[in-house]
Amino acid sequence: MSSDIFLQFCVAGLTYGIIYGVVAIGFTIIYNTTGIINFAQGEFLMIGGMTAVTLHRHLPLPLAILGAVAVTMLVGAAIEVLFIRWLKRPSVLRLIIITIGVSIVIRELALHLWDEKSHALPHFTGDSVSALTVAGAKISPQVLWVIGVCGAMVLLLGAFFRATPLGRQMRACASNRDAARLCGINTRNMVTLSFVLSAGMGALAGCVVSPITYVQYDSGTALAIKGFTAAILGGLGSTAGAAAGGLILGLLESFGVWMLPAAYKDAVAIAVMLGVLFLRPSGIFGSAEAARLREY
Amino acid sequence: MRMIRKVTILSMCVALLAALPAAAAETIKVGAILAVTGPAAFLGAPEAKTLEMLVAQVNAAGGIKGMKVELLIKDSSANPEKAVSLAKQLVEEEKVFAILGPSTSGESMKIKQYVDESATLLLSCAAAEAITTPIMKWVFKTPQNDANAVRWIYGDLKKKGLKKIGVLASNTGFGNAGKGQLEKLAPEFGIEVVIAESYDKDAVDLDAEVTKLKSKDVQAVVNWSIEPAQSKVPVSMRKMGWLVPLYQSHGFGNIKYVEAAGPAAEGILFPAGRLLVAEGLPDSNVQKSLLLKYKKDYEAATKEAPSTFGGHAYDAFTLLVKAIEIGGPDKEKARAALEGLKGFVGTAGIFNFSAEDHNGLGMDAFELLTVKGGKFALAP
Amino acid sequence: MSARSRGTGFTVALALAVVAIQVAASLSHKTYYLTQLTMSAYAMLVVLGLAMLMGYAGQASLGQAGFFALGGYTAAFLTTFDLAPRGKALAVVVLARAHLLVTRPDGSGGSITHVHPWAAALLAVGLAAAVAWIVAGPVFRLRGHYLAMATLGFGIIVHRIFLGSSLFGAADGISDVPALALLPGFAISGRAPARVPNYYAAWGLVLLTLWMLSNLIESRVGRALRAIHGSENAAAAVGIPIARFKTRVFVLAAVLAALAGVLLTHYNGGIGPSEASVMKSVRYVAIVAVGGMANLRGALVMGTILTFLSLRGYFGTLDDLVFGGILLAMMLFAPEGIVGGGRWRQFRALLVRRGRGDHAAGA
Repeated sequence: MSSDIFLQFCVAGLTYGIIYGVVAIGFTIIYNTTGIINFAQGEFLMIGGMTAVTLHRHLPLPLAILGAVAVTMLVGAAIEVLFIRWLKRPSVLRLIIITIGVSIVIRELALHLWDEKSHALPHFTGDSVSALTVAGAKISPQVLWVIGVCGAMVLLLGAFFRATPLGRQMRACASNRDAARLCGINTRNMVTLSFVLSAGMGALAGCVVSPITYVQYDSGTALAIKGFTAAILGGLGSTAGAAAGGLILGLLESFGVWMLPAAYKDAVAIAVMLGVLFLRPSGIFGSAEAARLREY
Repeated sequence: MRMIRKVTILSMCVALLAALPAAAAETIKVGAILAVTGPAAFLGAPEAKTLEMLVAQVNAAGGIKGMKVELLIKDSSANPEKAVSLAKQLVEEEKVFAILGPSTSGESMKIKQYVDESATLLLSCAAAEAITTPIMKWVFKTPQNDANAVRWIYGDLKKKGLKKIGVLASNTGFGNAGKGQLEKLAPEFGIEVVIAESYDKDAVDLDAEVTKLKSKDVQAVVNWSIEPAQSKVPVSMRKMGWLVPLYQSHGFGNIKYVEAAGPAAEGILFPAGRLLVAEGLPDSNVQKSLLLKYKKDYEAATKEAPSTFGGHAYDAFTLLVKAIEIGGPDKEKARAALEGLKGFVGTAGIFNFSAEDHNGLGMDAFELLTVKGGKFALAP
Repeated sequence: MSARSRGTGFTVALALAVVAIQVAASLSHKTYYLTQLTMSAYAMLVVLGLAMLMGYAGQASLGQAGFFALGGYTAAFLTTFDLAPRGKALAVVVLARAHLLVTRPDGSGGSITHVHPWAAALLAVGLAAAVAWIVAGPVFRLRGHYLAMATLGFGIIVHRIFLGSSLFGAADGISDVPALALLPGFAISGRAPARVPNYYAAWGLVLLTLWMLSNLIESRVGRALRAIHGSENAAAAVGIPIARFKTRVFVLAAVLAALAGVLLTHYNGGIGPSEASVMKSVRYVAIVAVGGMANLRGALVMGTILTFLSLRGYFGTLDDLVFGGILLAMMLFAPEGIVGGGRWRQFRALLVRRGRGDHAAGA
């Protein structure tokens, strides 16, 4: 195999990986402040993408994306306030089922609110065939947009958690909720905030990836499963781990296509998920000790 | 004065009473099992919209030979278990005259035996040849056969002298059936399928799959799918600067898919019915006026562009209407009329049914189309 | 009245209802309702098993449709795959010697030789039991989200395998599955003349299962399960072999699901990959939740009504929305059903306690 074909597989894997990584980070934010795995995470991307497509009919692209992010943040807040906030010490099983229920309801409402068709935002730069050549491999400029926007998002998020009082409160809430409450932090508001942040991130990601992946009412579920796999692969709870997990999963899928019949591409992802769950639930970067403490 | 009013009211009551049972007797109940939601919603939704539109038109024009049509659309979400349940319900409870649909091949295969045994007409909107081979007395289908689409593509490849091809197909019923036909018919045309791969309809993008094909040095690519994900193949190919001819299936017949692929769609070749190029047909074409009418009506009713999928439901319904017009409201006679129907102009082509052919479409149902300037056009 | 006799009482009442519905349907010439009621009955087998697993052992399973499909597909494959061209293969020769092969006309003039439907059914259920037993080991080392995701992953893999294999008909599934002969002159099949006996066969099986499970719950096993549900550590401390009990219930639930898969596949004459989909698994969970989790009878009654209406297309295009909404509503407003011991009294008490409303912090 020539080197440019090899590189092309790498580029393909990175493209998938970045997209999975972004979804994985969304899982991580909510998991860290609440201990909930939000199965409706993929739906945030879908709502973001679909809303942006709708708004783009009347507004310029940047405004449409901003609007979509704002709408999705509201949806995120509404989900938390309506379905999570007032529950008294809910069990894990109950929370899982609630977020699954939320994801189904959102998906079906989206089908009736929009339609069954697949949509996409235009490419931010150039069009579907524009490509940059890097060492013989072709990269769509949209992939660079995804890397840029998502990278900036992760950095800003890191700065937010580290440098702002609000961010520090959220982190306190993540490491020990009871202690945080004793220090006078309104932990319930922190939980709402984490849903809002995660929804906003998801929506923005949904907008930047939509020219590549397209978006339709049921595209959230598949992304959520990949994103969750990436999140536990990197060790649930770590943002850097989630990003790395996404990239590894993407590369595994891409080279899986090369080595195996392409029909097994999804089986690779699921096998990775089951492998991690059964063999090393703490993920490849996470510490097994910490994982044991976190478990319910 | 009062007397007149009394008489009027009385006569109106009598007229009403007389009219009620009469109206009931002059209704033809038609069932439809369509995947309006779920994974095949992109098929079922335009089919349902088409049927609703047609029934309204027929009833507004006084019905079929004076009989109103009552349409019962049942959503199966592409779930065969539910399709079986709904078929039994339509046949035994609603005692429908005929069933239109289902949208997918899997569902059609599950219910055809039952429908045949209960002597109810089935006009499937799904493509698989196995639906009408072997022939079942009561089972018909309106979409063109996959094999003929493959023959069109292979014919064109042969003309261009291209022999080594790569195949990409989606992992759904449509994709698998096409992949099978492509592999089966290749030797007939002296074509070698160097590599055949499947992809998932939810795939994020298809760069890896396309790269794999590219590494095999094939002379042309055939991409067989009916889902939106198929647009990702031309995008990946053209983005990589890989310019070999790309053929798609008749499942590409939706302008949305062209829009999704953008400039990458230019020059794609695919066999399809003439609905997509109705404006460009010569006036002598027998289908032209019908295609333009369906297009105009559908756009007015739904504010969206028609696809060939909705066309399959259009054909199923208009064929049924024709069969009832000839055979009357008698199931056996209508079935015989349908089987004897020749030269019926539909959106998919000219239907010529016979006891040996319950699809009725030949090679001439297709044209080789291309994409030019973001629009469908006849291939040069 | 003891708990055990209360369970029997309900079973008898349900049996009477089953008969009454059939008589009413036959008298009013509306026996067609029995078709969907029979299909619902098989779905209820899955639900009863899942209710045992979730309600009494407290273990989530988001992949129960996987076991249903495993049973259904195995039975469908073995009874439609023509072995005649492979007559020389060792397995085929052994089957032939054991008189486990049958030959029937294939509908287009030829004939097809395949495994006897009963042998196929046994193999199908056995396979599901074996898979469940193997999967249970690693799965039950996990808890919480990980456990839920592992069962979900199992379901997805099964779905993928059936969707991806041309041997199993890929996306089209398997059609033309023959009837399963039960007695001379009576077979599990969807044909209209056999409708009433099929209805009784299906509901008879459901009642039998319900009666057995009710007895199991009131036995030592049931007490052990509830102890596990309450606190695994406490249960282990009093010497309950937790892993073994969990595994057994998991296998039991899988066997019931596979049995339902086999019978419904023969009844419908085929099966498709959507039977193994995640949405299908979630629907079973929704039905169990509607019944109040640890409440076999509630799940049975509510589940029958919901499945019946859904199969008749009553919810139209809102079908999935209805099930998702129900799931959400139950989890929000009838919460303690999950942790509660199960019986109505306890369940109500918990609701009342909640109603008094000490307003502690949320999530």
